[in-house]
Amino acid sequence: MDKPRSFQQIILNLQTYWAAQGCAVLQPYDMEVGAGTFHPATTLRALGSRPWAAAYVQPSRRPTDGRYGENPNRLQHYYQYQVLIKPSPPDLQELYLGSLRAIGIDDALHDIRFVEDDWESPTLGAWGLGWEVWCDGMEVSQFTYFQQVGGHDCRPVSGELTYGLERLAMYVLGVDHVMDMPYNDPDAPIALSYGDVFRQTEAEYSRWNFDIADTDTLLRHFEDAEAEAARILDAPALDPRSGRQIIMAHPAYDQCIKASHIFNLLDARGVISVTQRQAYIGRVRALAKRCADAFVATEAGGARGADESGRGDGDGQAA
Amino acid sequence: MPDLLIELFSEEIPARMQARASADLKRMVTDGLVEAGLTYAHAGGFATPRRLVLALEGLTARSPDTREERKGPKVGAPDKAVEGFARGAGVERAALQTRADKKGEVYFALIERPGRPAAEIVAEVLETTVRGFPWPKSMRWGSGSLTWVRPLHSILCLLHDEAGAETVALEIDGIRAGDSTRGHRFMAPAEFVVTSFEDYTAKLRRAKVMLDPQERADAIRNEMGNLAFAGGLEPIEDPALLSEVAGLVEWPVPLMGRIDEAFLDLPPEVLQTSMREHQKFFSLRAKSGQITGFVTVANRETADDGATILAGNLKVLAARLSDAKFFWENDLRVARDEKMAPWTAALERVTFHAKLGTQAERIARITALAREIAPQIGADADPAEEAAGIAKRDLASEMVYEFPELQGLMGRYYAEAAGHSAEIAAVAQEHYQPLGPSDDVPSAPLSVAVALADKIDMLTGFWAIEEKPTGSKDPYALRRAALGVIRLVLENRLRLPLMPLIEGRAGDAGDLLSFFHDRLKVYLREQGVRHDVIDACLAMPGTDDLARLVARARALSDFLGTEDGGNLLQGFKRAANILAQAEQKDGVEYSFGADRKFAEKSEETALFDALDAAEPAISEALEREDFEAAMRQLAALRAPIDAFFEAVQINAESQIMRRNRLNLLSRIRGLCLNVADLTRIEG
Repeated sequence: MDKPRSFQQIILNLQTYWAAQGCAVLQPYDMEVGAGTFHPATTLRALGSRPWAAAYVQPSRRPTDGRYGENPNRLQHYYQYQVLIKPSPPDLQELYLGSLRAIGIDDALHDIRFVEDDWESPTLGAWGLGWEVWCDGMEVSQFTYFQQVGGHDCRPVSGELTYGLERLAMYVLGVDHVMDMPYNDPDAPIALSYGDVFRQTEAEYSRWNFDIADTDTLLRHFEDAEAEAARILDAPALDPRSGRQIIMAHPAYDQCIKASHIFNLLDARGVISVTQRQAYIGRVRALAKRCADAFVATEAGGARGADESGRGDGDGQAA
Repeated sequence: MPDLLIELFSEEIPARMQARASADLKRMVTDGLVEAGLTYAHAGGFATPRRLVLALEGLTARSPDTREERKGPKVGAPDKAVEGFARGAGVERAALQTRADKKGEVYFALIERPGRPAAEIVAEVLETTVRGFPWPKSMRWGSGSLTWVRPLHSILCLLHDEAGAETVALEIDGIRAGDSTRGHRFMAPAEFVVTSFEDYTAKLRRAKVMLDPQERADAIRNEMGNLAFAGGLEPIEDPALLSEVAGLVEWPVPLMGRIDEAFLDLPPEVLQTSMREHQKFFSLRAKSGQITGFVTVANRETADDGATILAGNLKVLAARLSDAKFFWENDLRVARDEKMAPWTAALERVTFHAKLGTQAERIARITALAREIAPQIGADADPAEEAAGIAKRDLASEMVYEFPELQGLMGRYYAEAAGHSAEIAAVAQEHYQPLGPSDDVPSAPLSVAVALADKIDMLTGFWAIEEKPTGSKDPYALRRAALGVIRLVLENRLRLPLMPLIEGRAGDAGDLLSFFHDRLKVYLREQGVRHDVIDACLAMPGTDDLARLVARARALSDFLGTEDGGNLLQGFKRAANILAQAEQKDGVEYSFGADRKFAEKSEETALFDALDAAEPAISEALEREDFEAAMRQLAALRAPIDAFFEAVQINAESQIMRRNRLNLLSRIRGLCLNVADLTRIEG
């Protein structure tokens, strides 16, 4: 593959590379998330016994990181590239290094290092061991072997790779300010920089995140998402309309994602105290855990004969 | 005698775990081999980021044959018992022997265990070691169930001697031990076979792996010295970083760079911390002392001699230092132009602990304490209040948010920028000290006052909300805080009774005082003062004055070490025992009125004389808190007391004489107990 000249070329090279390694190239999840890990293709699919291999770009939002588009490398909206393979293949490190070559990082000239960095997500009740990967002293990816998600042991273990795309691309392309980075090919008839695409939105969202977002509304939405998730999971498995057992892990998990993002917004608004923080994180974790419990009871979650086994143990609504 | 080579080859092992892991591998394998009857001449453990290695020299080729005789039931015992015995011993019933014993004929079993080949034992021991390895954190991977620090890829296990090498047959969770390994991940990834430890290290070196962590560290230090010297710079020693970096590379290649001039205005501590914590760079300083360069250690050689790697690292450093400079300049502006006021406001919103309020509230408590303490230790209350009020402002600064380890130091810079005197500014840095048993103790009175206030507030606060340390749990480092108070008081020779400071603040102040006493015991024990000596002094009044308590304990400890002291203690104990018995028997307390006119013998009169002389001298010495002088006076009593016991019968026929002598003993007891509670001294 050619040495990339633009942000999008790096994404395309990664897509091509991981497709060639047999991953299903998925599309971004259509909800606001803080990181690629929140995509159900990672969080939920890391659970259960079924093999899985997926790669995708995930737009991610971290409201507290907004800098109005002025900081050379901090953004409230950015992209992660995410790979999840279950069970983790024995040559995952080599596969990963191959992906760096695919985007123009020649390991004969660069110093690539695996530096201890254990990953933990208190909101997802998840943790794993692995590294941050350094290229010439810069962190370019996170490499994790998932051990637990939503309080469940991961068996088999998934290998997760997360690339911070902007930072990685800035390095590969030799750009010092993210807004100066070529988004499409610099020789394209209409060449666009990252700033052409995102400078305006960074400023707008920074202002909204920090000062305008209505905290009362957000607090209410948090409560609503939490209640809705519980309601979804409390519904009996037997669907009277179709007569099938349908556990709704994914719709419930959507509400969990929503609650998590609303929490991040509230945090950016500075209305969550240190003590409250832990309580909110605990509430989101409780949701994530219930969603994980639900997912492993579904067929996709590896439960054998999930369609039949639950039949008849509804709580009377079927009658 | 064969040698044994074991290599456990995995994905990258965290640097901080490597030294411990290679020691554990050595310990577990050698213990297991020795337990199984093998011996060895020498063992060496090594670690790199990707391998744990053990090399044993001179291992015995087989474990020895063993022979054990086991005594069984009497001949004629029930069949079941005899059968059971034979089965338990692992021999046929027919093979049992009979021998005459004191009580008649008895069955004996002769158990012979032939020795086993080393390979068999090694295989068992290594499997047990791998399965039970004490990693601080370990993980599963793929579909397997084995746990290791990171995925384990291969095991090399070789027994070798002059005749050749033998691969030990062993398989753990699908990983079959072999005789091959791989070189450097990037420079020599091919697999190769090895035949001995010598062959292994030589081939590894050709494959760009330095096996010995010490050799890697030395190589880094030497090359760093050369690079720095050539550039007119000097490395700042950092042993912890050196050992960490040696654990991040298999083939260290130090590269030197210069810090962009734009960043040289940053405080040197900021440069060093940023480079160390984020980039694992070593700092280099110029003759002037200014940090102007760094060394980064790459894990490979490149065709461009590291130019690309260095350029990349410089870029990352520039981004980091731009952040730091941004924080520094913002912070300085807040300090200089707004006198740190926004930070005060910010600290009102930061919770220190849910039950202990905000940082601002804590600072207010520390300020009040510092005001109270200052006049007692030779400082003025007003500057102490000023210093306490600003000492923790930097907690709200951007720099400290980014680098928490710079707290205090930044506070000092910012306080100076805000126009506070150097003396006040220094308090920001020094009031955290001492951080441990070997950390420096501040001596400037203002710093001491705020340091004491800081720690006493921690202790009284957590005592008040009943979150005291228990067992190994001490999440708020309260033991360290108490030791800090002890060291601040003692090493500055402060007279500072603690009760007035903790009463009303700590909930159960008496309990907190005992906590201080417990820490003090540990502190004094390390200096050779026995616990019973401390107990003897703790039984005296006014033990919240640590300086007095310790002066008494040291004097008593020294005194008891002398011959006079030891003998006086015996005399005291004898007197106290006789008195106690008599008092119990008679139901009265003999506590006054020994009268010289009933003295019968000259030894008795002499004791009266000695006590008459000692009593005022001792109380005068105690008045001055000159415990050594008081002990000297006690020592002078030794001879008259010994002579008295030698010559005089206490339980005399005459009740008057007896009472008089008991009352005389009571004077001895009382006098001694004025100095310290000698009843608590053992022996």
